[in-house]
Amino acid sequence: MQMQTTSRANTNLVQSLGVDGRILTMLVVLTVVWGVFQLLTMGQPGQFLSPQNLWNLSVQTAVVGIMVGGMVLVIVTRQIDLSVGSILGFTGMMMALIQTVPPLGWGGHWILALLAGLALGALIGAFQGYWVAYWGVPAFVVTLAGLLIFRNATFIVASGRTIGPLDDNFKVLGGGLNGSIGEFWTWVVGLVVMAFILYQALSNRNRRIKNGLPVRPVWAEVMVNGVLLTLVLAFVLVMNAFPYPGTDIPRGMPVPVLITLGVLFILNWVALNTRFGRYVFAIGGNPEAALLAGINVKRMVVAVFALMGMLAALAGAVQAARLNFVTNSMGNLLELDVIAAAVIGGTALAGGSGTIVGAAMGALLMSSLRSGMVLMGLPTEWQNVVLGAVLLAAVIWNTVYLRNRR
Amino acid sequence: MTPLIEMHNISLRFGGNQALDDVSINLYPGEVVGLLGHNGAGKSTLIKVLSGAYQADSGQIRVDGREVQIRSPQDAQAQGIETIYQTLALADNLDAVANVFLGREKVRGAVLDEDIMELEARKTLDRLRVRIPSLRVPVAQMSGGQRQTVAIGRAIYFKARCLIMDEPTAALGPEETQKVHQLIKALKAEGVGIFLISHDLHDVFDLSDRISVLKNGRLVGTVYTQDVSHDDVLGMIIGGVMPKNVRPAEAPAPGT
Repeated sequence: MQMQTTSRANTNLVQSLGVDGRILTMLVVLTVVWGVFQLLTMGQPGQFLSPQNLWNLSVQTAVVGIMVGGMVLVIVTRQIDLSVGSILGFTGMMMALIQTVPPLGWGGHWILALLAGLALGALIGAFQGYWVAYWGVPAFVVTLAGLLIFRNATFIVASGRTIGPLDDNFKVLGGGLNGSIGEFWTWVVGLVVMAFILYQALSNRNRRIKNGLPVRPVWAEVMVNGVLLTLVLAFVLVMNAFPYPGTDIPRGMPVPVLITLGVLFILNWVALNTRFGRYVFAIGGNPEAALLAGINVKRMVVAVFALMGMLAALAGAVQAARLNFVTNSMGNLLELDVIAAAVIGGTALAGGSGTIVGAAMGALLMSSLRSGMVLMGLPTEWQNVVLGAVLLAAVIWNTVYLRNRR
Repeated sequence: MTPLIEMHNISLRFGGNQALDDVSINLYPGEVVGLLGHNGAGKSTLIKVLSGAYQADSGQIRVDGREVQIRSPQDAQAQGIETIYQTLALADNLDAVANVFLGREKVRGAVLDEDIMELEARKTLDRLRVRIPSLRVPVAQMSGGQRQTVAIGRAIYFKARCLIMDEPTAALGPEETQKVHQLIKALKAEGVGIFLISHDLHDVFDLSDRISVLKNGRLVGTVYTQDVSHDDVLGMIIGGVMPKNVRPAEAPAPGT
């Protein structure tokens, strides 16, 4: 009885915050992991929480971060996409071929290469989605075929060669030496985001009060938005604390990180505020109900796969730009990282449940673990064992969470 | 008086199975017609033809005497025909507001207008007098009665003229069943026509004005509820025979 009262009080606390419990858990886990790694790496020159490591961590998270939001939508609609690593490799290779100078490449403009790559990714996604939606072929099989086809098509189109170097303007996407937006623009982005958070919070609250709808208590509002604003501020400060080598000129936010955050922001907004997002979740919750409500389920599934394909291509552009040379193994096995990040971030493989924010944090947790273990000098085999264990723990926790909620 | 809904000579075949064979039924405004029959007799199939989930191989559907083509749930909804499925057809992971408006969301530009939808949903569900403390929790967390209320709210918010209720009380306790009965009577008084599909003879005798019975995809017949006994109706369901000496019931019962 005593237990029950306490747990009810806890639930009410979380409920009045109005934040998904799984996201809170992720936040706690991330904080703990970062704290532990900092303690373990305290003595050495490259500490975990040093600006340099955090800056690198943000770049390392970018590629998976760009794709993970799309994967959430795919999984929420009860599908899966195993081909994203191969699509990333294939579109990245095509973009490299288009812009690299002849005779190795075709000598096209880098913007043309980028746009063609994105279009190609969307097309591949739509093609796979078509078989899933209109022919009822299981997505697992369709995208497994896609994995094989596009991984090896990457080899075929480049005749097995490594293609590069890439256009200097294109390389900005990868966050290399010229791939950051600098101190000033990092502040601009940070302040705009902070202003937006405040504006959203105030205008939503006012509108709900005007319409006579319940609102969160003021302390909860202040706490949630306070945490958000602090995170943004801390992010800006960290990004601006890492200088170019041999100087004290801050690099600011890397372009791939800006792209990732932009993609995640838009996807989160679409998922929560538009019909498209609503229908994705409705289809995942009950496909028959969605159909009876007049939702074009088939077209939605194709659209979700097309979106996923385009995001994989965007990630391919970033990855290619970062490496400067594209090999035919680029993005190999990356689909597993993306799916794992989505699942660690609370996306249920049964469909209907998941958040973009949670998945983004899942991606960050995965790359944090990897980065921390590298700093500690743990061998790769052990790194993967730990990541596997974390994935398992996350799925178990997620299952328990969803069962208790019912 | 023109019938609200006429289904004429509806036939539908699934592979080798004649699911509906030349079935004709009708429904007048402010009337409850009970649809009875065994599992597989064709009740649900017939109703899905009317609600746009299936399309008949042959036959006509008329609304207010005009022939209409119902090719999708939206076509049915455009005619004011709303369906509450036995499974309720709710997206369990979404909240009550999202379910009431599913497929017909209110938007400002491209953005869902959550506030307006929440207010309207609250108003509609309050009419149904089943207490739902928060409209913002997933309907999976609600009781059977609350979920039923959301499904009904979804139908009546959009001003249904014809309501199809498939086993509306099958999953409910006695108290909640009573509330659904009151609701059906209230909707009837507002002039809504209701097709009521139920296994529960008491429900049907309590609520309906006429009863249509199906067996093996064929219409056994339509009778006035006041003219027949439970045994008569059981005879129609099981034996497929019309009771002796009853009036044909093509028009609404006098006094409804």
